[in-house]
Amino acid sequence: MSEGTEAAPVLLRADGVGKRFGGFVALQGIDITLRAGERLGLIGPNGSGKSTFVNCVSGDFAQHDGTVALAGQALNGLKPHRRARLGLARTFQLPQPFASMSVLENVRVPLLFSGGAAAATARAMGCLEQVEMAGKAGKLPRELTQVEQRRLELARAIAMDPRLLIADEAMAGLSHAEVDQILTLLRRLNAAGTAVIMIEHIMRAVTEFSERLVVFVAGRKIADGPPREVLALPEVEDAYLGRQ
Amino acid sequence: MDPDLQLLLNGVVSGLLLGGLYAFAASGLAMSFGMLDIVNIAHPALMIAGAFSVVVVGTALGLDPLLVAVLQAPLFYVLGIGIYSVYHHFFERRGEEALQGLAFFFGIMFIIEVGLVMAFGPEQRFLDPPYAFVTLRLGEIDVPLRMLVPMLLAAAVLGLLLLWLRSSFTGLAIGAVAQDAEALRLMAIDPVRIKRLAFGLSVALAALAGGALVVVQPVEPTSGQIFIGRVFAICIMGGMASLPGCIAAALLFGVVENVTATFAGPSWSPAVAFGWLLLMLAVRPQGLFGKAA
Amino acid sequence: MSTTAVVPATLAPPPQGAAAPTRHLPFWLGAAALGVALFVALRLIGNEYGYYVGYFILQYVVLSSAWNILGGYAGYVNFGAAGFMATGAYTAIVLRKATGLDLLPGIVAAAAVAGLLGLATGYLTLRLRGVYFSIATLCLAVVLHTLVVNWDYVGGSRGAYIVRPREVPPFVSYGEYLFVVMLALAILTVGIARAVQHSRIGRGLQALRDNERAAEAVGVPTLRLKLVAATLCGALMGVAGAPLPYYSGYLNPEAAFGLAYAVNAIAMPLIGGVGTWAGPVIGAVVLGGLQQAATVTISSALNLWIVGWMLVIFVALAPRGILGWFQGRR
Repeated sequence: MSEGTEAAPVLLRADGVGKRFGGFVALQGIDITLRAGERLGLIGPNGSGKSTFVNCVSGDFAQHDGTVALAGQALNGLKPHRRARLGLARTFQLPQPFASMSVLENVRVPLLFSGGAAAATARAMGCLEQVEMAGKAGKLPRELTQVEQRRLELARAIAMDPRLLIADEAMAGLSHAEVDQILTLLRRLNAAGTAVIMIEHIMRAVTEFSERLVVFVAGRKIADGPPREVLALPEVEDAYLGRQ
Repeated sequence: MDPDLQLLLNGVVSGLLLGGLYAFAASGLAMSFGMLDIVNIAHPALMIAGAFSVVVVGTALGLDPLLVAVLQAPLFYVLGIGIYSVYHHFFERRGEEALQGLAFFFGIMFIIEVGLVMAFGPEQRFLDPPYAFVTLRLGEIDVPLRMLVPMLLAAAVLGLLLLWLRSSFTGLAIGAVAQDAEALRLMAIDPVRIKRLAFGLSVALAALAGGALVVVQPVEPTSGQIFIGRVFAICIMGGMASLPGCIAAALLFGVVENVTATFAGPSWSPAVAFGWLLLMLAVRPQGLFGKAA
Repeated sequence: MSTTAVVPATLAPPPQGAAAPTRHLPFWLGAAALGVALFVALRLIGNEYGYYVGYFILQYVVLSSAWNILGGYAGYVNFGAAGFMATGAYTAIVLRKATGLDLLPGIVAAAAVAGLLGLATGYLTLRLRGVYFSIATLCLAVVLHTLVVNWDYVGGSRGAYIVRPREVPPFVSYGEYLFVVMLALAILTVGIARAVQHSRIGRGLQALRDNERAAEAVGVPTLRLKLVAATLCGALMGVAGAPLPYYSGYLNPEAAFGLAYAVNAIAMPLIGGVGTWAGPVIGAVVLGGLQQAATVTISSALNLWIVGWMLVIFVALAPRGILGWFQGRR
């Protein structure tokens, strides 16, 4: 762990998080501690439980084992919108815009509900400028390209002024240049103080971005540490990179 | 024998017979609503349409109502194919199932009900086969043939359906479409074709159940309304996509409703249906026989 | 293609992107002026039948605007409009029988009882997928019907009589009085529906209609908003029904739970255009007017049958209703 984050307070603490679907154990005994402002990469093969973990943290799964706390406050039992207001933002693997609203209206929604409605329009425009989408404010989501939809998702997350952003495969399906654009946006957001958990299959992006890497395999955490060290571990190579 | 016990025993037996009718009525819905995720609220109305057509044809030709029901089933299969094709073209394909699709089936239900009122008037219609007035006595228990014979048809049809769903290629594909339409596409099966076929079958089942209903009790154009709560409650209780679950739930439901009617008065039976439905939705939306989420 | 400016400014959707501040005063002044104009026009015509037609259409304005708050804004379909309306009507009867209080307190009580019913149904089912709420409301009307038929206090299936005063000064007739009451209720309901649409609640309902999971993820309290909408929707439907027994002087379950209410509450918003307050108003005026005109020449069953067909044809071919024709791509 680098010098800078050592002193930062704990932002997210997951203790023994697990999730079963019927008899199938999707996730088991996950302990993860994230400090304020940290950049964490979460990797693992398909079906290793990454998205399950995200859904436990975001509140999409109401029931799971273990505890999750954000800045010392227990999240268990809180609905997703309550967690969102506590400063937890996420993007979805497939962009989920509000289809009948313009881009600007999409970004106004979180402002209306978590930030107080005052000057929501101006602040929403500010968020769109941050992701370089101000020119598309009047468009409908279906008129956007894929990378623009990803930017819209990010703008909506930024509008919540989050302490933690979980970017769940926010770069899937994008070109090399577009991945770089999204990375730049995420770095900018992180520089402003938001911790980021990046879930990603694009190894270049995740190693470039993260200061720490966590690896899931078959629902368990098998590694946690600086990217270079983690990627050098033989079990990570076996379980993850070997299957690529 | 203690008269209360005798009453209870009779209530249970005729409840099981009634449950057989409900299983008939709800099994088609378990296919459309449960397996295909098509919220066909017109299902009970289609059942009543089948019942009226049985009465008209059976009276005109002097045929047994159950025979007519079986003979006319292919026509309702075709009708179901037609309804699904319209539904798919205008709603499912556009991704507008929720609001517009529900309104569509509501409109179908309404057109059928009002159409029947216009064609036949609001009065009750019936067609009694000769065996309708015979009652078997097994010890202390009465088994009216009016109930038993339609239930035998229900058992035969549902048994065949279950066998077909489990063993034939198309039947297995219907089960698969409930799980994952994408997987079917990979197997080079057109999910739309499978859904069309299954929906046609569900409507044919509704009409068959209508034929059974005519034997059990007289029908009127709006009879479908009192079945809506029952069939949906049963379908949800049964765990949605499971035909055996649906049948078990229907039998249980018939017994509970009938015993309630025996001891508390028949006017309470619709309240039983609604109470169960709300209870299911509030406590176990995955159904009695569904897996815990 | 951008928005075409064919419709009057008040009916047009807010300009894309820019969220113009909602102007309430012009709306209320316009609505009041329209109300006064209607009143004066009918007084000049001086025919009881005019008040009858006015009441008939206005009750549908209330009913379909109420339906639209949950059905159109949030996408949750309430099939039990007749049940909620009858709840309002029978609340008014019970209040009259029990306390002697008449129409105006009856409307308030109807709003409270039907609103609670909406809240309770919503509380039990709105946590689940929307279809479960729809199915529950479908059964609710049937069960309420059964309860009322078995309830001797309100006359059971025979129905109940309400002795209504011959006239209420300063109105020339009781028909005119009821028309004015319904007119006020319609303006109030449309005003509420409009205010909800332009408020934070309306925006949240629209967000959850588009994508419930994403709405939660950005902080929209979806369940609470749905419950607010279900309560409001139920209460206003009850309001639409409260004057019914006073209107006919007699009410039986067949009339209170009439098929016409069930289908029109859904058909009018969908044919007018869901999602905005103006759609149900247009649908109620067009469809209500047509039905009123048609009853003169054709049977009421055929009339309803045509409404059913119109509903099916409209949702298939014009899913955004009459308003959609004027709004270009949106």
